[in-house]
This record gives sequence, structure tokens and C-alpha cells, in this order.
Amino acid sequence: MSSGKSIESMAAEFDRRNFDWYVDKFVQIIVFAAGISAIIFIIGIFVFITAEGLGFVLDDFSFKEFFLSPFWEPSDEDAPEYGILALIAGTASVTGLAMVVAIPFSLGAAVFIGEFASGKTRETLKILVELLAAIPSVVWGFIGLSIMNPLIIELFDVPVGLNVLNAGIILGLMAAPIMTSIAEDALKAVPDRYREAAEALGATRWQVIFKTVLPAAKNGLLGAVLLGVGRGFGETMAVLMATGHAVNIPHSLFDPVRALTATIAAELGETAVGSQHYQALFTIGIFLFLITFVINLTADLIVRGIRKG
Amino acid sequence: MFAQSSLNVRNKRVENLFRTLFLLMTILLIIPVVIILGTLVAKGGSSISIDFLFTDPTNGMTAGGIFPALLGTILIVAVALIASVPLGVAAAIYLNEYAGDNWFTRIIQLAIINLAGVPSIVHALFGVGAFVLFFGFGTSILAASLTLAIMTLPVVIVSTRESLRSVPQAFREACWNMGATRWQTIRRVVLPNAVSGILTGIILEVSRTAGETAPIMFTGAAFFLPFLPQSVFDQTMALSLHLFVVSTQVPGVPEGLPYGVALVLIGLVLLMNSISIAFRMYLRGKKKW
Repeated sequence: MSSGKSIESMAAEFDRRNFDWYVDKFVQIIVFAAGISAIIFIIGIFVFITAEGLGFVLDDFSFKEFFLSPFWEPSDEDAPEYGILALIAGTASVTGLAMVVAIPFSLGAAVFIGEFASGKTRETLKILVELLAAIPSVVWGFIGLSIMNPLIIELFDVPVGLNVLNAGIILGLMAAPIMTSIAEDALKAVPDRYREAAEALGATRWQVIFKTVLPAAKNGLLGAVLLGVGRGFGETMAVLMATGHAVNIPHSLFDPVRALTATIAAELGETAVGSQHYQALFTIGIFLFLITFVINLTADLIVRGIRKG
Repeated sequence: MFAQSSLNVRNKRVENLFRTLFLLMTILLIIPVVIILGTLVAKGGSSISIDFLFTDPTNGMTAGGIFPALLGTILIVAVALIASVPLGVAAAIYLNEYAGDNWFTRIIQLAIINLAGVPSIVHALFGVGAFVLFFGFGTSILAASLTLAIMTLPVVIVSTRESLRSVPQAFREACWNMGATRWQTIRRVVLPNAVSGILTGIILEVSRTAGETAPIMFTGAAFFLPFLPQSVFDQTMALSLHLFVVSTQVPGVPEGLPYGVALVLIGLVLLMNSISIAFRMYLRGKKKW
């Protein structure tokens, strides 16, 4: 009979809040803080680049001029002009060509590695693709500068080999391995019972891939392409070194261009902190941040949409 | 009865055609890179020697070695790791061991994906705005390393989470049943079983961090410095930026020099990646569950 004990003392007997319990709670708070750090950093990035670039946007800023003027002449002392149309055209043309190069090859390679190859061949190819993805962008830029440049001059008989073609191919080669592994993951996400069902109906390997696997992996593959576009869009060193870095709306593959990212990389070092030019570069940064944010978000929504369904 | 009909034959032919086509595409993807690497080795191999690695650049960087750049890269990577590894591992522990499958976790995952997807030059702008100016670190190793740490945080989080996930749930349940707390379980059972996988991810992060150029250009890496850094508040030279400088900014550099720098950088990165891959395969062969 528990006659003499109050409810409180009975509860206290069952209270297991010893030292280990407090350590456990403490650790939980720590790892939770670490867990949300990614959110804090993303918000932090947006806040800090906006803080530095805001002055430019608030101070007599015209959206029309910023986005539609092809003149980027920040060092003109009398009337500096900040139009990023030519820079957008530069980034778009190089990224576009890179995707023309990268999409067929990376999707083709993903299908071969994921669906045709097996055993040792598949392992070897996967490792090769992973190693290709690891080559630093400044090395790609150097390759564009020192290997592609003379090659293009010789092959096409043009005076300068640093142009849309050069940067597009370099960027395509850079983006392809990453797109290959994401696309291969998308193919892997298709359940094996789909393949087995198709095979049981007498389909050949190619029919299984073309009629069953590819349609089922459609969204994942689209996500891979989008992430590739995002990569190309944000690439800095390679396009800085291989495009020729001339503000120019390209009319042919052999025109030099200048990318949004490369402009920041090339000019930030020579501007005074807080100057109009400095703020304009941060405004480009805000634009880049928002674009890649939307691209990544869309890719994620597309990929996850199918996983749920 | 089982003779192949003409339809079978045609289907088989179509399959072989596409198989060859995709094989060709895979090879075409890899061949240019093999050629490029071959060219780098052919043109840069001769400039690499022990002297090249361990002496200072001379004559306005047109001669001599790359020692300050090599040392700077090692310093930047080391400081970046000190910042990002504990944070990334803790974040992965939260995501895998504590977080539920809900909208909040989803937002964290989106943030991680975006952190990995934000252009490197935007990370550089953030580094300038936050670490160099706001926190007052100036252009220093510390500012550059923190910028890189945030940029490569997703690499640590994703790879750590992957290796935590591969520890069977039954291990945790057995431990909980013995009356251990969550943290005791993580510390004594989950982490020891995942530590080699986490290490693989860290090696991968070293390779990523060492190769980045844009994020350190304005936050801590200098074109040229006549002295070595004395503390984390000093600037430093770095291998990746050095390659950019000697191949674009300095006139009169002999042809072999930038090839040599490129070869050292790419060698370092690929070596790290190969170690990481070899380690991963070794672990996969060893696992008993």
C-alpha cells in the first residue's frame, strides 16, 4: 500500500532526468542548430549581398535600363552605364551551347552506364565520370585558354579562339559528368519491377529502356538537365578565361562574349567598397542568386513530384 | 517453334544499334578529357620537380616554384575543414537521427540544395559582405576559409548523411532497448559504424575546397605575396588563383610553367578523389550487414 507517499514523490521516483538525460537534450539542441544552419546561410547570403547592392537599386535605378541596355561601361567617368543585356546574352549563349553539347552526351552516357553496362564496365565508367566531375573550373579555364584556343584558331581560321564556341564546349564538358551522374540516379530510381514487367512481355532491352524506363524517369532527367543549366549559368572561372571577356551581343559562334559571373570576378577587385560600380556588381550577384534559386527549386520540385506519385 | 521471326531480328538489330550509339556517346564524353589530361602531362610534366614544389616564385612569377601557393592552399583547406566538418556532421546527425519527415526537414533540404547550387562568385560576394567587411576579418585566410566552408558544407552533410543512413536501424533499436539515450546511441553505436564513410566525404570535400578559385579571389587569396602568412588574419597565395594569375595576368611566363601549376592542382584534386573512391570501395567490400 502506498499510503504515506504523495503523488509528487512517486513521480520523482520515476524521474529519469539524470546527467545523461541533460547531455542528451543539450546535444539535441546543438545538432538542431547545426541542422538549420543551411537555412541561416542561404538567408544570410541573400541578406548580405542585398545589403551591399541595395544602394544601387534604390538610387535612381531603372529596371528597364539595367536589363535592356547592352552597354556595360562602369568605368566611364562622366556617364557610367550599367546595362547587363550583353552580359545576359553572353551567359545565355555560352550556357545554351554548353547544353547542346552536354545534354545528348550526358543522357546517352547515363543510359549506357545505368541500363546497358554491367559489372566491372559499369563501375569503371562511374568512377571515370566522378573523376571528370572533380576537375576544378580554373583548370578548365586554363584548358580553354591554352589548348582549345589555338585549336579553334587553326581549325576554323579565325583570328581569336576565345569565344562562344570555346567557352560553350569547355562548359559542356564540365557540366556533362555532373548531369550524367544525376541522370543515372534518376534512371536508378525507376523500380526494377517496371523493367521486369516489360521484359516478361517480350520486350528487348532497348524497348524496355525506350518505352518503360525513359518515360518513368522523365522528370528526373529533366531535373538533371535543369541542374546542368544552373551549373553552367553560375560557372565563373572557366567562362572568365575562355569567353574572350568582351561586352558583346554575339552574332556567331566565333564572337567573344562576357558572362555575368565573369564580370563580377574581373571587376570586383578594382572597385572601391560602396561605390556605384561596386554596388552594381552586387546587384548582378542578387540577380544570379535569384535565378539559380528558381532553377534549383524548380529542379527539386520536378524530381520530387515524380517520387511521390 | 523458337525460330526468330523477322520482327525479333529487327528488334535485336535496333537494340544493338542504340547500344553502340550510347557506348559511343559515353566514350566521346571521356576521350576529350583523356586527351586534355595527356596534353597537360606532356607539356607540364617537365616543369615539375621537387624544386618546383618547394621554392618561391621568382622574376615576377615567371620562374621559380610554387611553394607559397601550395602552402596557402593547404592552410585554406585546413581552416575550412575545421569550420565545416563539425557543423556538417552535426547537421547530418540532426537530419538523419532526429528530424522527422515533414515540411521543416524539406525546407532544410531545399536550403542545402541551394547552398550547393548558388554560383561560386555569389559565395564570393557573400564572403566579402559578411566576413571581410561585416565581421571585420579583412581579406584573410579566415575569411576565405569560412566562405569555402559554407560553400562546401553540402558536400559534408550529404556524404555524412549517406553513411549514417547505411547503419541499420536495428543497431539503434538494440541500443535504445538497453536504456541508452539518443546521444549515447549516436556516440557509441551509430558514429563508430559510420566514421569511415564520413571520412570518405571529408576527403571529397578537401578536393572540392582545394580547386575553388572564385570564392577566395576577393576574400583572402592574393596574386603575389613576398612572404608567407603568419596567422589566419593574413592573406595568402593559393594554387588555384596562382594558375589563373600565371596564365592570364602575368606577361612573359614560359609556356611550361602554367601547365606545371595546372598539373599539380589537378593531380592534387584527382589524388584526393581517387583515395576517397578507393576507400569507399574497400569499405563496401568489408561491410558485413
